[in-house]
Parts: sequence; C-alpha cells; structure tokens
Amino acid sequence: MDHLPIRKVYADNAATTAVSEEVLSAMLPFFKEVYGNPSSLYALGQEAKAPLEEARATVAECLGAKPNEIYFTSCGSESDNWAIKGAARAMRKKQGKDHIITSAFEHHAVLHTCQALEKEGFSVTYLPVHADGVVCVEELEAAITDKTALVTIMYANNEIGTIQPIPEIGEICKKHGVLFHTDAVQAVGNLHIDVKAQNIDMLSLSGHKIHAPKGVGALYLRAGVSIENFMDGGAQERGRRAGTENVAEIVGLATAIRRATDTIDERVARLTPMRDKLIEGVLKIPRSRLNGSQKRRLPGNVSFCFQGVEGESLLLLLDMKGISASSGSACTSGSLDPSHVLLSIGLPHEVAHGSLRISFGDYNTMEDVDYILEVLPQIIERLRNMSPLWDAIQMGKVSYDQYM
Amino acid sequence: MAYSEKVMDHFANPRNVGEMEDFSGVGEVGNPKCGDIMRMYIKVEGDIITDVSFMTFGCGAAIATSSMATELIKGKPISEALKLTNKAVMEALDGLPPVKVHCSVLAEQAIKAAVSDYYKRQGIDPEPIVGAIPACEECGCEI
Repeated sequence: MDHLPIRKVYADNAATTAVSEEVLSAMLPFFKEVYGNPSSLYALGQEAKAPLEEARATVAECLGAKPNEIYFTSCGSESDNWAIKGAARAMRKKQGKDHIITSAFEHHAVLHTCQALEKEGFSVTYLPVHADGVVCVEELEAAITDKTALVTIMYANNEIGTIQPIPEIGEICKKHGVLFHTDAVQAVGNLHIDVKAQNIDMLSLSGHKIHAPKGVGALYLRAGVSIENFMDGGAQERGRRAGTENVAEIVGLATAIRRATDTIDERVARLTPMRDKLIEGVLKIPRSRLNGSQKRRLPGNVSFCFQGVEGESLLLLLDMKGISASSGSACTSGSLDPSHVLLSIGLPHEVAHGSLRISFGDYNTMEDVDYILEVLPQIIERLRNMSPLWDAIQMGKVSYDQYM
Repeated sequence: MAYSEKVMDHFANPRNVGEMEDFSGVGEVGNPKCGDIMRMYIKVEGDIITDVSFMTFGCGAAIATSSMATELIKGKPISEALKLTNKAVMEALDGLPPVKVHCSVLAEQAIKAAVSDYYKRQGIDPEPIVGAIPACEECGCEI
C-alpha cells in the first residue's frame, strides 16, 4: 500500500467543517471596522446592530420561523442545554409537569442534559431505537403522560446519519400538548426544515457544521414557549441570554445557513451518489456492515463496522494515508464503552469497537471516494492480519455474522 | 489525547508481529468486549526467550505496547521477562495517555500468560513461578 501517493481527504464533516471564503469575508468587517457594541446608541453601535438583526431574520427565514423566535448562542450544545433545561424547569414551575421523553441515541449534549435533570427530580423516558437507526416512534405516544413536559428527539443522528421522523413526532406532540425540541445540528443544509409545518417548538443548530466558525449556534424558540433565562445580565437576546453579541460570528452563521439551505437540493444530488458508491464499495469488504438504514440517511454521512478490527487503530492508519475520519470505538471516546449510538441499534460491544464514520461535505469529490475505496480495504486487511479476534472469527471460534 | 513518537513508530511499524509456528508457549489476554486482545508467542531455548511474536486486536496503544514488550524480552532469560512491568513498557514508549495505561498492563500479562503456557507444556506448575494472571484487570468492565 505504500506505493499510493497520499491524498488529503477530510471526511469528518459531521465533526466540523472549514470556514468558507464567503463566510470569512462576510465576518471580517466586524472585527476591525464595525466593531461597535450593538447595544450602544451611537452610530458605530447601530452599524453592528443592523447586521445582527438581519442575521436573525435570515436564520428565521431558513427555518420557517419569525425573527423574534431566533436566539443566538455559542454552540449547538448550549442551545440543547438551554432548550431542554430551560423549558423543562419552566414547565415544572408553571404546570407541575416533570417528565421528559428522549431517545437512547441522542447526542451527549441532550443525553447528559436529561441526566442532569433526573438529578433535579425529573423523570426521563429513553425511547429505544430500531436496528435501522430510527427511533421507535410507535412507543412515543404510549410514553406520553399528563406529566410529560417535553419531548426531545434529534433530527438526524450524528454518528450513523439516520434521519428521524420529525414531522410525525411533531404532530404527536402537538396533539398531546407536549413541547417538542429537536437537535438539528446535523440536519441543517441537508434536509428541508420548516418549524411551523413540522410542529417544532424548539430547535438547536450549530454554525461550524455548515462552514461558519466554531463558537456560534442558535436556538429557535417558538413564540409563547416559556423558558428560563440562560444567562442573566443585560438585555441582549430579548433579555434571555445576556452577554454582548458575537456579531462577527453571528453574521458568519447567517451567511452559512443561507448558503446551506439555498443549496440543499444540489448538495443532496451531489453527495448522495458519492455516499452510495462508498457504501457499495466498502460493503465488498468481507464481514463488514453499514450502520443504520441505507436510504433514510443524510446525504454525506455513513457509518460502518468491520469485524476483527478496532476503530482507533483504523483511524490512525487512515490518518497516515491522509484521510481524516472518526469512530465510535471506546478507544476514541476516552471511555471503556463503545458508542452508545451503536449499542442502541443492537450491536454488541465486540462489533461496535470496529466502527468507522465517514462524513462528506461541500469540499469532497468523487475522487475522495475512490481514494478511500483504494486505501481502506488494505488497512482493514493489515489490521486483520495481526488480529487474534479475526483469527478466531475465521476459525469459527466466534461469530458475529448475525449482525452483518 | 496524543501519542508519543515512539508509540506511533511501534504502531505504524510493529516489531515481531505475526503468528509463530514452532512456539514453546503462547498466551492470550484481554477480550473482544473490552476491545483489546493480545496474543504472545515465545520460543524458549535453555532458559532464554530466543524469539517472540505477537498478534493484537486493539487500539494504537495496544499494538504499540505489544510491539515494545516483545522487543524488551527478546533474547532475555525467562526470569527477566517475568520482571518486566507495565511501567517499564510505558517508559520505553515515552509514556502513554492515562486512559491507555491498561494496554501496557495487558502487555505485561500477555508475557506472563505465554510463560505460564510454556511451563505447563513442560509439565511444570506455572503458578508458583509466574503467579496468577488476573482476568481483565484495570478494565473494570462487566463481561
């Protein structure tokens, strides 16, 4: 494999993306020229205020919301924390409701937030997930009680790319008068989101997944939803999230989301054949599997498992070949357990350890797919050749074929 | 988490990797549920480990510690190999991230398991010499 020239392939767009030229140039004036505080009355401040409100209107329009329903935050995790904790506490205070429904394979920003609320006395139902990576919606309605304050289900899963039945969940929540929050960090720019039509009360998004910088996110909060303030202080963000606005990055976020949502159809049309070619090629590797439904998935997000191979060593060897990807193995998570997402879809630890996520974005090409398909099988073979587990699998001492 | 250059070198160019046909002893530690298995082969002549090889399923640190451990015991008397601690393996690799310490423990245990097997094949009870090899120490997972 050493004869191959190394190609740089960034295939971890679900982790973060590069800031685009368009976003960067939109932001630049706000660092040195239009640096005023938007809360200041003089011209320099008001010069910053106008683009801030334009950005709010842009984000609102991209989601089918009104400008006064958009709150800028520092990241997707902040939006998740604020929406879930803020709304749950307000519901308990006002209506005595203290039950939350979520799913077993949410992002940690949601799961750990729910666990923190359990310590405050809330009860939480973690809905199971089907083997194809879709939340068991049929169990959602049955889980709703007169104590249910809030349902929080992600729009699309970050680790395996599967798309959740959001409009359906929104309808169920509306019918029962339960608040519905969705973490749409991975969905923005890939799926058509309309918070009104889809009955979404709260939605979290992040800038750096769509070519805006790290450090900016937004929360859509439907007008009329009660929520505790996130940060006390000044009157910024309608008095609910104090702190001088990060004008440059907010403008960057608005520029990015405008581009991302205007080009959804082109993106889907371009990335889907790349994704499908990758899936087809990778599944030729013996004893490999695709995690989650093949069809019901984001256009650029794929997750695989390979028997007899451990994910971290796979990533390190890919990196040596210029390919940046990620894994849900225990060794990459810094804990002893492999990804809760892979376990939630019914995989045993032994299989989940050998996972690989490839996520494509606007800067990837079909040549990247070809390069991955050339390099990956050789790396798998190299690791399997030194793997006592692969040895045992081949000798029939253990079998995981039922999961393939 | 970042690996030292030595860890990356032993991961990328593992020494003494592969199966051994005419081994005198073979030991395997770890388990697939935890995500790492090490198998160590030794060839013993007289009292000397004349050859050693390994096969490892695991992360970068697991492969690097296996490789380094084989280097540290190759050509050494059994008694010396048994004295090799996980700490010595780590030091030889210029350290490991804290979450990876258990990989070095596995390497130490793999050597002990191979030596135990060698003694068993010789009709000698290994327990008084090698001691007990704890199952999955440091890992703490429930199997």
